[in-house]
Amino acid sequence: MKRIILVSVAVWLLAGDIYASAGIKADTGKVYLNFKNEVNGTPLKLNDTTAHYSNANHDHFTVSTFKYYISNITLTTTDNKEVTIPNTYYLVNAADSSSLKQELKGVPTGKYKAISFLIGVDSTRNFGGAQSGCLDPANGMFWTWNSGYIFLMLEGNSPQSAAKFHKLTFHVGGIKRQNTLRTFSQSFKKPMLITVHKPTSIGIKADAAVLFKGKNLIDFSKLSYTMGGPNAVLLADNYSDSLFTIELLK
Amino acid sequence: MKKQFFVVGAGLLFLAAVSSFSSNASGSADPADSLLFRTPKNFPAPVYNFQGNHLTEAGFKLGRKLFYDPILSSDKSISCANCHQQFASFAQLDHPVSHGVDDCLGTRNTPTLINLAWEKEFMWDGGVNHIEISSMNALTNPCEMANNLPEIVKRLKQSESYPALFKQVFQTDEINSQLFFKAITQFIGTLVSANSKYDQVIRHENGAKFTDPELSGYALFKTNCAACHSEPLFTDQSYRNKGLDLKSDDAGRDSITHLASDHGKFRVPTLRNVEVSSPYMHDGRFNTLEEVLEHYNSGVHNAPNLDPLLKQNGHLGISLNKQQQSQLIAFLKTLTDRQFLNNDLFKEPK
Repeated sequence: MKRIILVSVAVWLLAGDIYASAGIKADTGKVYLNFKNEVNGTPLKLNDTTAHYSNANHDHFTVSTFKYYISNITLTTTDNKEVTIPNTYYLVNAADSSSLKQELKGVPTGKYKAISFLIGVDSTRNFGGAQSGCLDPANGMFWTWNSGYIFLMLEGNSPQSAAKFHKLTFHVGGIKRQNTLRTFSQSFKKPMLITVHKPTSIGIKADAAVLFKGKNLIDFSKLSYTMGGPNAVLLADNYSDSLFTIELLK
Repeated sequence: MKKQFFVVGAGLLFLAAVSSFSSNASGSADPADSLLFRTPKNFPAPVYNFQGNHLTEAGFKLGRKLFYDPILSSDKSISCANCHQQFASFAQLDHPVSHGVDDCLGTRNTPTLINLAWEKEFMWDGGVNHIEISSMNALTNPCEMANNLPEIVKRLKQSESYPALFKQVFQTDEINSQLFFKAITQFIGTLVSANSKYDQVIRHENGAKFTDPELSGYALFKTNCAACHSEPLFTDQSYRNKGLDLKSDDAGRDSITHLASDHGKFRVPTLRNVEVSSPYMHDGRFNTLEEVLEHYNSGVHNAPNLDPLLKQNGHLGISLNKQQQSQLIAFLKTLTDRQFLNNDLFKEPK
């Protein structure tokens, strides 16, 4: 009898383990997310004074920091089912090459035609107390005096900036009052196939210049600093649909 | 054989289910309740119920050790307890504004740390949205403890005592800011003050009764103060302009909401232990309860967004004569919880 109990416990634990790691459906595959940061279509180089980046207002600028969160990745199957991959939070930091290649695990096998995700961090984690991993406030993407994650941060310089040392400081975040949380969606040109054996790769290009054009033309002489609030919404509205370009990689 | 497997397996599952139910229900209705934290009979359910931060004696003690440890400040000179003193209801006696490292003076008065598990938002402007991260401001503010989270985590990892204590509490070799905040919260979240004379009167305990002046003061309180300082927490947790200045030099709630209509609004503070937590107001401008009541009686400025309750029928403030003021103060003193202020559990461990 004792042996039966032991064996049944072992079977039970083992089964539980498989179910827990695979999210009930056992067949899942892996997707690599390869991030590339750009400015007006050319690769972003931090602190590069020879790059001569300019915004749509023809203000010149350099970039010293470019970081952003994406979270809550949802894939749409070719037969229109939405599959949200649990616990997907990524912090991409242009200064940290290891953050440019991320893994999306536990994607149910199948054919997918589109991807969507939040640019930023959802309410649950924003209002949910102390977090860890890429959401650890020690990563410097968290406001203490007005709690919440900084969804996107771009810092740099522009001769047009009226701020001290001609600095550019754009910190975008906030949900409750001036909401800057945006959902990005894009269809793939051809279906993405997820199999158990072979990982798939997606290229995600982010163009920093789109922060300053589109719905709201940003003139650095008038706006060189946002710390959440209404001005951060101007930037979020600009980049909402156009920050990323996604393609399937071979 | 197969059948036996199934029966035994199902039996185990059932046992597991029963034991998890009974551990949740141990003696009381609220899942937050434990020997270290109980919802007082006259309180509503707490906002924070230690979900995801299982409250244990070891966790409480670790939080308490951190709270009293100056290692958390940049120059290791001050601990949380420097500005949050138990005898002052974990506010800071005699200091109008907080006093950080390098003698830096902040801009706002240290708030009390009581009944935080019932608070939805923290700080005078309500900028902090969760108890677990409420200590982050003071730890990182250059004019308070002036430290940063990676440095704090590094010091804890390198210390002789903390790694073993964190492992005991969280069953992992890791120390990170999340576990640090959870540990601190096991201490500050259990600072429940609910055993004042007022509470005993309300709960009909120990034959407690108000004196005549206290009873008159309670009646005055209910008419004039309770709309904002609502029982039993003695705050409705709203933000209001109480006419301290015609134009506040501190933006207050406006700095969080970016709304001009919130300029100079501050959170309604609890009145529990108000007798021992002077000075008063967001900038500590008043030293005594008499001064506070005199402000409401005769000192209210007609600020553009003055709280409507302070301007009723065109009359500024709350008129109270000297006798009424002293009755009101007599009532306010029944909110002092000596048992809490002297509780050895909350003192610095020897």
